[in-house]
Amino acid sequence: MSDVIVIGAGVVGAACAYYAARAGLDVTVVDRGPVAGGTTGAGEGNVLVSDKEPGPELDLALLSNRLWGELAAMGGFEYEPKGGLVVAETDEVQKQLVELAAEQGVEYAVVPGADLRGYEPHLAEGLAGGVYYPQDAQVQPMLAAAHLLRHGAESYGHGTLHLRTGVTVTGFTRSGERVTGVRTDRGDILGGAVINAAGTWGGEIARLAGVDLPVLPRRGFILVTEPLREPLIRHKVYTAAYVTNVASDSADLETSAVVEGTPAGTVLIGASRERVGFDRTTSPRVLARLAAQAVALFPVLREVRVIRSYCGFRPYCPDHLPVIGPDPRAPGLYHACGHEGAGIGLAPATGLVLSQLLTGARPELDPRPFRPDRFSSGTPVEPSPESSRATEESA
Amino acid sequence: MSAPDDRVSAACDLVVVGGGPAGVAGALTAALRGLNVVLVDSGARLGGQYFRHQAGAAHTATPGLDRFLRQGRALGERAEVLLGHQVWTVTRDGDRLTVHCQTPDGRPVAIRCRDLLIATGAHDRPLPFPGWDLPGVLTAGGAQALLKGNGVVAGGRVVVGGTGPFLLPVAAGLAGAGAEVLGVFEANGGLALARHPVLALGKAGEAAGYGLAMARHRVPYRTHQAVIAAHGERELEAVTVARLDGDWNVLATREVACDTLAVGYGFVPQIELGVELGCQTRPDADGMPVLAVDGRQRTTVDGVWAAGEPTGVGGRHLAELEGRIAGLAVAGAPVPGVLARRRRRMRAFGEALHHAYPVKPGWQSWLRDDTLVCRCEEVPVARVRAALALGATDARSVKLLARPGMGWCQGRVCGYAVACLAGERPRPPRRPIAQPISLGALADLDTH
Repeated sequence: MSDVIVIGAGVVGAACAYYAARAGLDVTVVDRGPVAGGTTGAGEGNVLVSDKEPGPELDLALLSNRLWGELAAMGGFEYEPKGGLVVAETDEVQKQLVELAAEQGVEYAVVPGADLRGYEPHLAEGLAGGVYYPQDAQVQPMLAAAHLLRHGAESYGHGTLHLRTGVTVTGFTRSGERVTGVRTDRGDILGGAVINAAGTWGGEIARLAGVDLPVLPRRGFILVTEPLREPLIRHKVYTAAYVTNVASDSADLETSAVVEGTPAGTVLIGASRERVGFDRTTSPRVLARLAAQAVALFPVLREVRVIRSYCGFRPYCPDHLPVIGPDPRAPGLYHACGHEGAGIGLAPATGLVLSQLLTGARPELDPRPFRPDRFSSGTPVEPSPESSRATEESA
Repeated sequence: MSAPDDRVSAACDLVVVGGGPAGVAGALTAALRGLNVVLVDSGARLGGQYFRHQAGAAHTATPGLDRFLRQGRALGERAEVLLGHQVWTVTRDGDRLTVHCQTPDGRPVAIRCRDLLIATGAHDRPLPFPGWDLPGVLTAGGAQALLKGNGVVAGGRVVVGGTGPFLLPVAAGLAGAGAEVLGVFEANGGLALARHPVLALGKAGEAAGYGLAMARHRVPYRTHQAVIAAHGERELEAVTVARLDGDWNVLATREVACDTLAVGYGFVPQIELGVELGCQTRPDADGMPVLAVDGRQRTTVDGVWAAGEPTGVGGRHLAELEGRIAGLAVAGAPVPGVLARRRRRMRAFGEALHHAYPVKPGWQSWLRDDTLVCRCEEVPVARVRAALALGATDARSVKLLARPGMGWCQGRVCGYAVACLAGERPRPPRRPIAQPISLGALADLDTH
C-alpha cells in the first residue's frame, strides 16, 4: 500500500510523484503506456510566463518557472532559459503587448521595431516591435518527466517511488464514498490518496470515479525541420496572435506562428489549435498554414526542409485553468490535469502545491481557483466513449 | 485538403506511386484498359530498387530487365511518367485523392485522381553491429545500386553478409563486375529452401544461375556465419566473421581483411503513404507491418490499392503480377483465375522465405555500448538501454527519450533495430511528411 497513487507518468504526474516523495510519502505511479507517452511527448517543452494574463495561472507559472530552474540543477534533461520574444505586426498590436507586459508583473523589455533584429537577426522586415521576456524557457519534456521520476525514486530512500508502466486503470476501489485505490488490468493497487494526472484523458479517469471533469482535447500540430548547422533562431519567437489564441474558446482551427530552435539543431514550428476530438489524421492544410506563418516571420526558413510533423492533444478546460486539488465529490481523489498547452511549464508548481495539500502543509499559493468542482452544473455523467482510448497511437 | 484548381498540376484516373516492377506493370495494365494514368517515381529512371540501371548499359546482367524496359517503353507511350518526383503526402477530398509531390528543384506538383496505387517497394533492413558506420560498409541493396546505377565496382575485396536469397545476386553481381568476393556469410541455414516446391516455379533457374556465377568466381558460401563487427581507422579494413548457433549467438570468430562489406537482413516495406491514408496493416510472416489487401490488391480504404513489397516482401515476379492484378482491378476488369492462383503460390513462397531466413535475437549480443543504433542522430546502444531503464516501454517512447529515428531518415534505417531492442514487433510507421519538403513549398500550399 502506497501513501499516494499517481495515475499518469507524464510530466505533471512525474512532478506530483517527485514532490510527494520529497515530502516523505510513498508513491506508486501507474501509466497504461510508457513514461511521457501522451501529451508530454507531443509538445515543445514550453516553460512560459509571457503568454499568460495576470491571474492565478500566471502565479502558477511564475512559481513553476523558479522550480524548473532548481529541478534542472539535478541534471538529466535539457533546460534552456533562452527567453521569449513576442512580436507585433502593427503598432496597435504592439501597444496592446506593452500594456499586457506592464500588467503581468514579470521581467520584460519593450523592443522597438528597429531593434528586433538585435534579438533575432533573421526576422522579417516591417514588424512593428515586440516584447522580450527573459524568464521564458524550454525543457526537453520527456527526459524531464523520466528524470523527475528517477530522482524521486533515488533521492528519498529506497522504495518511496515505484513506477509501473503498462498498467491501465479500470476503476477505483472505494470504502463508502472514499477512494481507497485503483483497479487496474494488473490487479488492485491500494493507496491513501489517488492523484488523477492523466492529462487529456483526465476526464475519463474522473468518470471512472463517478465525477464530472470537463477536460477535452485540443489538437495541435508541430513541424520539425532538418537540423541546421548554424542556429538561425535564438529565442522562442511568436506572434501576438498566439496569446489571443491560447485564451480563445473557438472550436475552429486557429493558428499562430511559434518558432524556436532546439539544442538538436532542428527548428520547431507551431502552433495550431483545433477541437476535433482525438483525431490523429494529418491535416496538410494545417501544416501548410503553419509553414506559411513561419516563413512570413522568418523568410530565411523558406529553403529549410521539414522532415517530420507530429500532433498532440492539449487537455483543456472551459475556463482554460488547470484542475488542481482534492475532489470533494470523491474523497481521497485529487486531480492534477487540464493544463492545456502549459502542462510542461506548470508541472512543478502543480506537484509542489498538491504535495503540500496532501501533507497538510500550507500551500505555496492559493489553490482555490483550480478546484475541481468549480464547473459543477449538475449534469449527469455520461459513460466514457471507447473511441477516444482506441485512437491513442504513436505521434 | 481542398486544393483549388490552380494548384493542381494534373488530373487523371489513376496515380501510381513507384516505378519498379509493380508500379510499371500496374500503370501499363490500367493504361491499356483505357485509364488516364500518371506514374510518379523519385528516381531519375524507372526501375525501382531491383531494376535500378544505367542508361544504355548492357541489359543481360539483370534477369528480367529486358522485359521490364519493354514495359517501361510501352508505358511511356500511353501514360504520363513523372520521374524525379517525391511524394510527400496524399490527401483526400470526398472521393478524390490529391498526390502532393516535389520536383528536385523544389517545385510542388499536385495530381488529382480517383484511384491511387501504392507500389513504393521496400528498402534494406540493416542490423547495427560494431563498426557498421565505417565508410566501406554498405547495405546489400546499396552495393547493388552502386553496381547497377553507376557501373562502379563496389570495391576490390568484398565480403557479403546477412540473411536471405538476395545476398546471392548481390555477390554474383559484384563478382561478375570484377570484385574479389571473399565470401557470402549467411546467418541462417539457407539450404532448407532448396527443397521448397515453389522453387520449381522458375525461381530455381534463377537461383541456379547465381550459384553457377558464384562457383565460376570461386565465391565461398558459408551458412550459420555472420559479420559481427567491422574494423578500420578511417575506413573499412577488416571484418570479424563469427560462426553462430541457431539463435545467432557467437560460437567462434576470425578476422577477414577486406575493403567493402555489403550486409542485408531482409527488407522494410515502404507503407507510410497507406498508413497515413488510414489503410489497415497486417504483420507479414517476418513481423513487418504491410498493407492489408484483398484478392484484387484493394486496401481497406476506398480508391487506394497496393502492389508489390508494400503488401508483403515477395520479390519482383510477385510484384509485377500484383501490379497487373491491381491495374485490371482499378480498370474494373475481372482478374483471371490463373493470375489469382499464381499470386497465391508466389505469396506462399515469399512467406516460406521469411520462415527460412528469419532474424534471430542473438544479433543483439554483437552490440557494444558505443555501437550506434541511429546514425542520423548518433544514438549509441547505451542511450537506448538508458531510455528503457528510464521507463520507455516501446520504440516510440525510446525515440522520445533518446532520439533514435528523429533524424533525416525518419527511422527507416534504425526503426527495426530499435523495435527489437525495445522488445516489440515493428509498428506501422507514422510519417505524415513522407519525404522532406521545404517550408517554402509547404507554405505555398496554404490557401488562406
